Amino acid sequence: MSDKITIEIDGRTCEAAPGEMIITVADREGISIPRFCYHEKLSIAANCRMCLVEAEQGGRPFPKPVPACATPVGDGMKVQTRSRKALDAQRGTMEFLLINHPLDCPICDQGGECELQDVSMGYGEDVSRFTERKRVVKDEDLGPLIATEMTRCIHCTRCVRFGAEIAGVRELGATGRGEDMRIGTFVAHTVAHELSGNIIDLCPVGALTSKPYRFTARAWELTAEPSIAPHDAVGSNIQLHVRNGRVMRVHPRDNEAINETWISDRDRFSYEGLNAASRLTAPMIKGDSGWAETDWQSVLHWVADGLQRVVADSGADQLGWLMAPGSTLEELYLGQKLLRGLGGRNIDSRLRQQDFSGDAADPALPWLGLPIADLEQQRAVLLIGSDIRQEQPLLAHRLRKAALAGAMVGLVNPYRVELTHPSRQLPAAPGRLAAELAAIAKAAGAGGRSSLKGLIATADSGDVHAEIAAALKQAGADGNGLVLLGALAEASPDFGLLKALAYQIADATGCRIGFLPPAANSTGAAFAGALPHRLPGARAVDVPGLDALAQLTEPRKAYVLWGIDPAHDLIDPARAVAALAGADLVVACTAFRTPSLEAVADVLLPISAFAETSGTFVNAAGDWQRFQGAVAPPGDARPGWKLLRVLGNMLELTGFEYASARDIHDALAAQCADRAPDNTPRAEYPVGTTAEAADGTLMRVGNVPIYAVDALVRAAPALQRTPLSAPLHLQLHPADAEALGLQDGDQVEVAQGPARACMPVHVSDDLARGGGRIPAAVPGSGQLGAQIGPIRVAKVSGENDQ
Amino acid sequence: MVKDQNTVCFRTMHLKEKVRHTLDSYLSVGGYGQWKRVLNERPDPATLIEELKLSALRGRGGAGFPTGLKWSFMPRSAPGQKYIVCNSDEGEPGTCKDRDILRWNPHQLIEGMAIAGYCIGATVGYNYIRGEFYEPIARFDEALGEAYAAGLLGRDLLGSGVDFDLYTHLGAGAYICGEETALLESIEGKKGQPRFKPPFPAQAGLYGQPTTINNTESLASVPVILEKGGQWFLDQGRPNNGGPKLFSVTGHVNAPNNFEVPLGTPFWELLEMAGGVKDGKALKAVIPGGSSVPVVPGNIMMNTDMDYDSIAKAGSMLGSGAVIVIAEGTCMVRVLANLAHFYAHESCGQCTPCREGTGWLSRVLHRILHGHGRPSDLDLLDNVAGRIGGRTICALGDAAAMPVQSFLQHYRHEFEHLIEHGRPMEQAA
Repeated sequence: MSDKITIEIDGRTCEAAPGEMIITVADREGISIPRFCYHEKLSIAANCRMCLVEAEQGGRPFPKPVPACATPVGDGMKVQTRSRKALDAQRGTMEFLLINHPLDCPICDQGGECELQDVSMGYGEDVSRFTERKRVVKDEDLGPLIATEMTRCIHCTRCVRFGAEIAGVRELGATGRGEDMRIGTFVAHTVAHELSGNIIDLCPVGALTSKPYRFTARAWELTAEPSIAPHDAVGSNIQLHVRNGRVMRVHPRDNEAINETWISDRDRFSYEGLNAASRLTAPMIKGDSGWAETDWQSVLHWVADGLQRVVADSGADQLGWLMAPGSTLEELYLGQKLLRGLGGRNIDSRLRQQDFSGDAADPALPWLGLPIADLEQQRAVLLIGSDIRQEQPLLAHRLRKAALAGAMVGLVNPYRVELTHPSRQLPAAPGRLAAELAAIAKAAGAGGRSSLKGLIATADSGDVHAEIAAALKQAGADGNGLVLLGALAEASPDFGLLKALAYQIADATGCRIGFLPPAANSTGAAFAGALPHRLPGARAVDVPGLDALAQLTEPRKAYVLWGIDPAHDLIDPARAVAALAGADLVVACTAFRTPSLEAVADVLLPISAFAETSGTFVNAAGDWQRFQGAVAPPGDARPGWKLLRVLGNMLELTGFEYASARDIHDALAAQCADRAPDNTPRAEYPVGTTAEAADGTLMRVGNVPIYAVDALVRAAPALQRTPLSAPLHLQLHPADAEALGLQDGDQVEVAQGPARACMPVHVSDDLARGGGRIPAAVPGSGQLGAQIGPIRVAKVSGENDQ
Repeated sequence: MVKDQNTVCFRTMHLKEKVRHTLDSYLSVGGYGQWKRVLNERPDPATLIEELKLSALRGRGGAGFPTGLKWSFMPRSAPGQKYIVCNSDEGEPGTCKDRDILRWNPHQLIEGMAIAGYCIGATVGYNYIRGEFYEPIARFDEALGEAYAAGLLGRDLLGSGVDFDLYTHLGAGAYICGEETALLESIEGKKGQPRFKPPFPAQAGLYGQPTTINNTESLASVPVILEKGGQWFLDQGRPNNGGPKLFSVTGHVNAPNNFEVPLGTPFWELLEMAGGVKDGKALKAVIPGGSSVPVVPGNIMMNTDMDYDSIAKAGSMLGSGAVIVIAEGTCMVRVLANLAHFYAHESCGQCTPCREGTGWLSRVLHRILHGHGRPSDLDLLDNVAGRIGGRTICALGDAAAMPVQSFLQHYRHEFEHLIEHGRPMEQAA
């Protein structure tokens, strides 16, 4: 470590790297220097002046106190953080910060966890010398998530810098001078970025607080329970703040390898759904007079009998078993164990996939392809079919960092995504995605075999394709290029072909390939064997069962639905509801009552939601993260693994003698000991024809909006009020709208096979021609068919006459 | 009277008022001779900078930093765009000298900026002019047009291969944008707030590129220094205080005006040039370098010469050369309350001590002035000012603090009187 230098802080000799700031060294040494504007993840502003210290270099003292956050260390520097001069400067700043700050901590939501309050205990005076009138500042309306009390603002500008530097959208800024300086939105705009809730944590005072949480609890009444966020494949480390058995709010836990110090708004505010009125709190059974509550003992007997009867009468192959990929590893493992114990094999957790032609070729344990933090080091990334900001907000943040460091980020997607960094985007209708990829493959010099070869050879490569290919090649050669497949690729009827092309591009450019698993435990489902073609430990199945779609296109006599709302969590809700409605037995294990479940199910078994059970999630990078339940499930709801264990006992299956979730985890872990995620395909991908839209139809682009991704989020009211939660609508390219004689705001009826739904039209050239973007999993979308598939659009006449 | 007036920045002042700002007038006094020489001979910039160092020209905007030294900090031969920026955002209360350079001798500033650009390797310059200077802005723009038309600005000038483009950028009324890094932020279209240094502008300035920022008067002095030599310029003033300097004499004088006189001219001579104290009153005090510098009692001032070192000895600073004369009979509490209000109004708001402290000072002074002072207020003022000074990113905090401390030092009895009696010791002059 020859490049280390030595400095002295408060008489203590410290090692430091040249160019480091004093505060960084002091923090490492555990020497506390008060600060407000400094934050290690944000640029240095040096404006709060709280961290002023006395310093000397080479025996010559600096003439003025220097800000520790912005003063680089030099060899032999001596720093005094608590000398008379330093303390006077710090106390001076403290006094200035307090003169216009309301000193009414008892009525401030931040009271008890306020940096200003804490620091004032050490550096403030008992009595203020300020006898003039205090400043009062008008509040800003930042939307449903963030409450403001701008009179409390101390102008540290952390929130402003967060917007500019982390979010990439300058949602907040400073206006006015001197005492009249205000933090605000300039134009009364809602703060809508998917990470914006982090400014609540960043704000050192009570100026920005959580709107859903504020005034409901005090910091000292809360216990912090560590947990893992359940809505995406990042596996953000969080802490649940609990009071009286209720999750009051969610905060991030630092984990540099995963979520750094941030969490997405989805992870922060979804806890509200835990207390939704739609929670299922008792087992229910459908009788002649409708739904009736029942007790666990009898309902489980009823379910066990029902399942055994189906197996006895029609064979275990008549069992369909669908599990949400956000279930815990333990639930997924026990679920498949139970089904397979009954002799069944039709289990799947890939609920938003419709093309399973690649199953045989798919890698055993597909994953992101690299540790999450390494995303930042990529020099070129090609995203295929991904609205990444909505799917995986914190992975998007990592990619943004890479892009700002100069990486090329290319995107082949059915619509243009508003990325907050430079990007090369090739929007193409779902049926054209393969052609765009083939063009990139061609530009990269990929060959391919059989029909893929023809597709690539005949592709039409333009400048952008060539640019993307060149960047990928260069990065690939240096070992930091990546091709990523996202949720819209997975939902495509051409998923197999897109994967084949993605592998071709990766091969030709030397880039790594990666998958963006759609849910918190999609990777875990492969480990647990909750797939028709995989056993626990991702071992191959001799005779694969039916995949998620086939279970619905070839209806079964009985179904078990785990954590699924048929209208919102399956790729083709109309078909799903039809298949389920025709079944003899539908057992729904769910945390929420929903209309579609009540319509198709015979029994509803209340299982615990996130935060109410212990378990394990395996994130995109293959990290197994265990968590404990923080609160009890409501009413008679029970942790899912317990339900499965008891059911297994009742069915007299062997291997269901677990005493804890930990036992289940250990049992599975033992089977996975020699298994690591690996994206090497097991065979050549079969190449079918592309799903081009027929004449007169458009291809639906059914993206799942950020706050529609699972039942918990959909039940979280504040998130549902944000601008990112748009109601059902049809987005059309201007040329398609013109061809159909439609204008912005027109009402149309969209037909998808026999399914129909009415909605307004939004015209936007973000969408590729030939596509019709209708969000999935939002209210009303359950009447429609496949997320990606042909649609016909007809104007609803007469609406305007009334 | 003082000899050697109007020898540098005001060297067109003897010409007819209607035409003295034109290109022809400037050419008639030898204008653009140095720029043409530079273009023709392509001298080593280092030799030009040496000449400037010899002249002991110190920054005329107020800080007094040696101009030649500043230019030598620029990484001249480093690749990438570099900029020369002229600070014509003349907002220091009492200062109006740059305005008159823009009005009466804009071409000399253009020539100075072009030469500066050559010396530091900048092919683009910005002149950031105070937005309220309607007439000077028009004059400068007119001069820019003439210079471009004459082939003195633009690309490949006089076939030399040297490029220099110059743009006008207007301020929008913020005093703080006269601070050089706030000025850069403002040019970039951002809120005018000083940047933390380091990095200094010579490393990362405008748009992150190496940039030199000089005052209007400093840049306008350059052509004459090169024409007559650094030694000549130095000889105009005193050692370490080279050249003549513009003084804006305002306040209680009979004939307020700008005067270009050698540094070292006794204050009493300058006062005489301005017609003496108004209405024959006695001199009470002088703020010798713009509102941000400490006040000096009249008797001390009458024995002080107008150069950087002499005024420093008298306990103040030469600053921008704005000499504010205060006559006997003036209420010093009122003067200070006025100044304090100015700084509270103009603080950019980013640093806590300045944002909160300037308003506090202003409110307390306002209260005292209106008869609601308390004896403890004076120590409070002194202490609060002391907690602002030296603790902020830029010098505005110091500028707000210094008058308070110096007024209390010299005129504490007036404050005490007002607090005790509820009315000023001195009625308005």
